[in-house]
Amino acid sequence: MLITKTASELRRLIASGEVSAVEVATAFLDHAERFDEKVSAFLRLDRKKVLGQAQAVDGKRSRGEALGMLAGVPVGIKDILCESGETTTCASKILEHYKPPYDAHVIARLKSEDAILFGRLNMDEFAMGSSTENSAYKRTRNPWNLACVPGGSSGGSAAAVAARMVPLALGTDTGGSIRQPAGCTGIVGLKPTYGRVSRYGLIAFASSLDQIGPMTHEVDDAALLLQAISGHDRRDSTSAPLDVPNFIDAAKKADGKLRIGVPKEYFGEGLRPNVEAPVREAIKVFEKAGATVKEVSLPYSSVSLAVYYLVATAEASSNLARYDGTHYGFSAKDGANLEDLVSRSRGEGFGAEVKRRILLGAFALSAGYRDAYYVRALQVRRLIKNDYDRVFQEVDVLLGPTAPTAAFCIGEKCEDPMAMYLTDVYTVGANLAGLPGVSIPCGFTSNEMPVGLQIQAAAFREELVLQAAAFYQRETDWHRRLPRLVEETGVRA
Amino acid sequence: MNLSKDVVAKVAKLSRLRLTPAEEESYAAELGNILSYVEQLQAIDVTGVEPLAHPLPLQNTFRADEQQPSLTADQALGNAPKRAGDFYSVPAILD
Repeated sequence: MLITKTASELRRLIASGEVSAVEVATAFLDHAERFDEKVSAFLRLDRKKVLGQAQAVDGKRSRGEALGMLAGVPVGIKDILCESGETTTCASKILEHYKPPYDAHVIARLKSEDAILFGRLNMDEFAMGSSTENSAYKRTRNPWNLACVPGGSSGGSAAAVAARMVPLALGTDTGGSIRQPAGCTGIVGLKPTYGRVSRYGLIAFASSLDQIGPMTHEVDDAALLLQAISGHDRRDSTSAPLDVPNFIDAAKKADGKLRIGVPKEYFGEGLRPNVEAPVREAIKVFEKAGATVKEVSLPYSSVSLAVYYLVATAEASSNLARYDGTHYGFSAKDGANLEDLVSRSRGEGFGAEVKRRILLGAFALSAGYRDAYYVRALQVRRLIKNDYDRVFQEVDVLLGPTAPTAAFCIGEKCEDPMAMYLTDVYTVGANLAGLPGVSIPCGFTSNEMPVGLQIQAAAFREELVLQAAAFYQRETDWHRRLPRLVEETGVRA
Repeated sequence: MNLSKDVVAKVAKLSRLRLTPAEEESYAAELGNILSYVEQLQAIDVTGVEPLAHPLPLQNTFRADEQQPSLTADQALGNAPKRAGDFYSVPAILD
């Protein structure tokens, strides 16, 4: 079946002429249009636009023109990435009718590699959340169990890939928003090193933490999509001016003989036994292959969540100041004067979690509190980074759980912001230190919900992350399992 | 830590967020909870630790001061809720 093939296989079939890009696009459209009634991953999916792009790829091939590295491969797009002339909402009411006048760097890269931009995926509003329940538009469900959340904030991307509605998707990760939903839905989600992928055209949440990355089934496909979007871009002054390694070759290497560190702090209080067991088993798979495994310590990881919620909200309160009801986006009716118009537009346009975070960030930055909260958080942030720098002198990668629990029920954590925040306890460290990390599926709980294994490495060492993850996928087949609901529609691996 | 409704109202004013009285009340409780959680940072010895605002060792990047292609006025104003000619239109700043 076309829709269970890998992206690299689809690209090969299209390039060789065995199938057309239109056939591939049609197969995914037919499945997605039906199945998304159950899952609600897409905010917008335009059949005509998708087919138009596929016809263009087929035209290029028939004229003998060179094809890009993603020719004809559908890629789902988290609705936080600007595409010229296409509605881009960030799942917020405040951007309901926003049509950016330019392409994000990653969108331009996908276009030039002949990828098919396949619809806009749901998310938590402004990427703030861990369940996709903070979307102003709809609640996305987990394809493994429709009563559960898909994780977040890239929950639409995760659910769409898990349900085989797209082979590839882009997500963004500020505190775990690629890795945690990937873990919740049994797929691969990779957050690159900060600076590896240009943030130009990514609607900002927390600028020192945000990164764009691939969400896929196979590690090889994550390497392929990462290769397509990486590299320096002068329009993002934090984009790293470094050569991009060959990620595709790194994934092919698939060698488990690495120096592995297991942070003891990731296995403490809060970790559910039904998540710990598959993760411990996964570590043994590396041991059997000749990896050296040792326990390491990241003492300050226990406070990384507290640091994260001060740094991320402080940056958000500043970034989101741009939504003022006058330049673009939602504008309240009947503002008595400018300040009134701005305050009403923001009060009515933002959802509850976004307002909560703006308030917290503004508080942490306000006179009298700044040193005690924001500056202190930045000091501890350095201690967290120092921990990582120290352990990465001794080990190549760190293994551990992606999240303390599997996907939880819809509504379960909505009333308790702090409980929701705690789902990111193992992922925020990589954002604060700027490191690459991936979540790959490593088993299931007794309730048949997927469990994620997180692999982290030192900055700009994505090759090690990919090598380790590809090795694990060669030894296991968790990533080939299909949700029962998807199988029931006749889809076969 | 408890956050008073007055502090919430002040921060909301700084953030230009119009809140309802019910929102002020619920945010006071929720933000108080979150602040109690982050209180654990106060126990850490940070003497002499340089704050880390950014994970990369950043340097300023410069380009030549030359005109580059950019958006037209119509593109830039295309999403404006209200425009007047080539300007954004807003209510009076002074009463």
